[in-house]
Amino acid sequence: MVTDDPQGTAALLEMRGIVKQFPGARALDGVELDVRAGEVHCLLGQNGAGKSTLIKVLAGAHQPDEGQILLDGEPVTIPHPVAGLRLGIATMYQELDVVDGLSVTENVFLGHELATGGFSQRRAATRRTRTLLARLGHSGISPHREVGTLSAAGKQIVSMARALSHDARVIVMDEPSAVLDSEEVANLFRVVRDLTSQGVAVVYISHRLEEIRQIGDRITVLKDGRTVASGLAVASTTTAELIRLMTGRNVEYAIPRRPPVREDAATVVRVQGLELRGVFQDVSFDVRAGEVVGLAGLVGSGRSEILETVFGARRATGGSVQVGDRTLRPGSVSDAVRAGVGLCPEERKSQGLILDEPVYRNITLSTFARTARGGFLDEAAERRAAGEQIEALDVRPGDPERAARTLSGGNQQKVLLARWLVHGCRVLLLDEPTRGVDVGARAEIYALVAALAAQGAAVVVVSSEIEEVLGLADRVLVVSEGRVVHEGPTSAIDEHRVLDLVMEGSAA
Amino acid sequence: MSEQDVTIPAADESARVEKEAPAARERRSGLLHGAAGRNLGLVIALAVLCLVGVITAGDRFVGTANILTILRLAAVTGVLSIGMTFVITGAGIDLSVGSVLGLSSVWASTVATQTMAQDTHWIVMVGCALLVGLGAGIVNGVLIAYGKVVAFIATLAMMVSARGLAEIIANRQTQVVEVQGFLDFFSGSFLGVPALVWIFAVVSVIGWVLLNRTTFGRRTVAVGGNPEAARLAGINVKRHTMYLYALAGLAAGIGGVMMLGRTTAGSSTNGQFYELDAIAAVVVGGTLLAGGRGTIVGTVLGVLIFSTLTNVFTQNNLSISAQAVAKGVIIVVAVLLQQRIAERSRAGT
Repeated sequence: MVTDDPQGTAALLEMRGIVKQFPGARALDGVELDVRAGEVHCLLGQNGAGKSTLIKVLAGAHQPDEGQILLDGEPVTIPHPVAGLRLGIATMYQELDVVDGLSVTENVFLGHELATGGFSQRRAATRRTRTLLARLGHSGISPHREVGTLSAAGKQIVSMARALSHDARVIVMDEPSAVLDSEEVANLFRVVRDLTSQGVAVVYISHRLEEIRQIGDRITVLKDGRTVASGLAVASTTTAELIRLMTGRNVEYAIPRRPPVREDAATVVRVQGLELRGVFQDVSFDVRAGEVVGLAGLVGSGRSEILETVFGARRATGGSVQVGDRTLRPGSVSDAVRAGVGLCPEERKSQGLILDEPVYRNITLSTFARTARGGFLDEAAERRAAGEQIEALDVRPGDPERAARTLSGGNQQKVLLARWLVHGCRVLLLDEPTRGVDVGARAEIYALVAALAAQGAAVVVVSSEIEEVLGLADRVLVVSEGRVVHEGPTSAIDEHRVLDLVMEGSAA
Repeated sequence: MSEQDVTIPAADESARVEKEAPAARERRSGLLHGAAGRNLGLVIALAVLCLVGVITAGDRFVGTANILTILRLAAVTGVLSIGMTFVITGAGIDLSVGSVLGLSSVWASTVATQTMAQDTHWIVMVGCALLVGLGAGIVNGVLIAYGKVVAFIATLAMMVSARGLAEIIANRQTQVVEVQGFLDFFSGSFLGVPALVWIFAVVSVIGWVLLNRTTFGRRTVAVGGNPEAARLAGINVKRHTMYLYALAGLAAGIGGVMMLGRTTAGSSTNGQFYELDAIAAVVVGGTLLAGGRGTIVGTVLGVLIFSTLTNVFTQNNLSISAQAVAKGVIIVVAVLLQQRIAERSRAGT
């Protein structure tokens, strides 16, 4: 184990030798973590490394089988979540646990309402909420506002205000930036800095290494339920070193280079004047066989909606989509699928997979009717087709009968890709293909997209990470406020220029 | 894991087991895990009930006549429950099947007693009942799938209005069916087993095949498990949802015919509260109320448990009220047990 603790500052929170055994799997196998007051402590690890289990132990949602938790050097037990809050440990889960139908104040004091004799003290609660929001630099949010009307970023602030209302000294944030665009992330970082300057410790979990460079003070790396490095100073650790620690091997955080698209490649998709009223307008582009086209833009720019409209998941209010020489019926997914178009949606769990169904049935979800004879399923053919893809894409674990729920993010993404490979798609639409996917699987997905293009598929990629779009695509369309503001080869543009274009578009 | 796991042809099964990871095999071997385990629990419950019947009622319970009575009692609710299994697996609910049963039986008996010419075959009557059921189901389905009315509300409205329409048609009178051919067929027996029981058996087998072996069944599970994922995979979710309610309506129509055969009368009160019995049987059988998992075998066992319970109580001269209490307890216990098993199997993976 690597340690790096030159000052030897006393820890606010310590976890020693934490072991958590689940039936059939040891999720945590001796985890060490020490968090100091006023620091941002980043927790890194691939999917399945044990991060989620660890924060659940810390929140009191799971009980450790072995090990000790110390707060201010005193051993403590956290038998249930309320106990964790009483000790001043608050957790912000990835799926924000706010109640949409309640007001900001009601959410902040949820579970510990201010009341005397059963009557709620609404005025006092509102006043305290206002103070907390001001402390977070968001006095613009009204305490009376219904939380459902707030953006994801706003909900996060409410969640943080709730943590502070418990006088939290340690706030655990599980991938808080996953639902935010870059401006909101900058704002989040400012709030996090404010908190740490007031002596609050933040345990920050993220897949984005660049982000950790910006916000983190020290890093603990988990792998296979063990701490492989603890308390590394961010400033003196290289990204390559972190990847090596997480994966146990040296992975190029790089995207495979592809040969240029052949001059004589046929146009597979032709989008002309596509419009979804109120969201985007006048979107036109072609994709040739073997070409990867990227859509760059901020969350809310309309980039995901463009993809969904091309696919027919939303009904276009104008324009047309042609695949080969066939014009797709607007608003008909079935028609697009028949024409050989596949979409891997942004929200894998809620839009892509049937979580409790076995992997093989998720893979054959768009082809089972084709292999069926006279309406009767041919499960042997389905298992064969799925098995081939599981092997080809190296889906792990490779058990086709396992429920899709039990797979990690990266492997779930592979299942979705496998679905369209079995289908034999000519056109592949990928929305945030590496979101929530760990570094190792990310490289595999990049390689897969490159291989598909090499086999003649037309690919359209949407991603929040501009670097990813520029690395994967041959051509990029920059989308801003529902308009395409730039189109050109990725070789002629860099990240800064794309950002400038995005900003210009929003200003106009 | 679904029902197929226990019923797949032997060759296929062994071939698959060989390829499985050891962990998967381990998971499956747990006694109460998977479909086999769930059904085993139901079989045990049924066996216990029968044992109670044998102890308390002795020969009166064990006789062939009594067993056929139990099955005959189960038949009508059973057919409704098969239709309901599809709707619930597809993450829906249909509160109207009892009323639709009543409506179709009244409509058919009106056709038989008032308008049907002497020389018309009784099959017209049967066809009428089935069409009325199917029609009501399609109305439900269109409202829910295309009109985006919540299933609970749409079928609640159908439940109320179908009952009302039945009363109007029947003019609050019971219409005795005197078509001899019809009565001979539906009140009769084949190989010593009542026709109603045969119908229940055939509908169950068709239901099982439909749910487990066809694209229709796969779509049902997909639509119930995650409608958005199903839609984005190219499945026409709206159309399929409509089909599910049409199917439940058709089952109610079949139930209407069976009811006519059983009581020889079309009454607007036929099938009252049957929808609740059907939902209870489906849920006790192990079909998830949230959708995405359905079991026909479980539903059949659920129906048999309830009708056996009724029979045991009747044999011991216990009141209908006491039966109702026992039914409620069974529903709660069954659902509690299922949740435990579901939690345990999820934690294990």
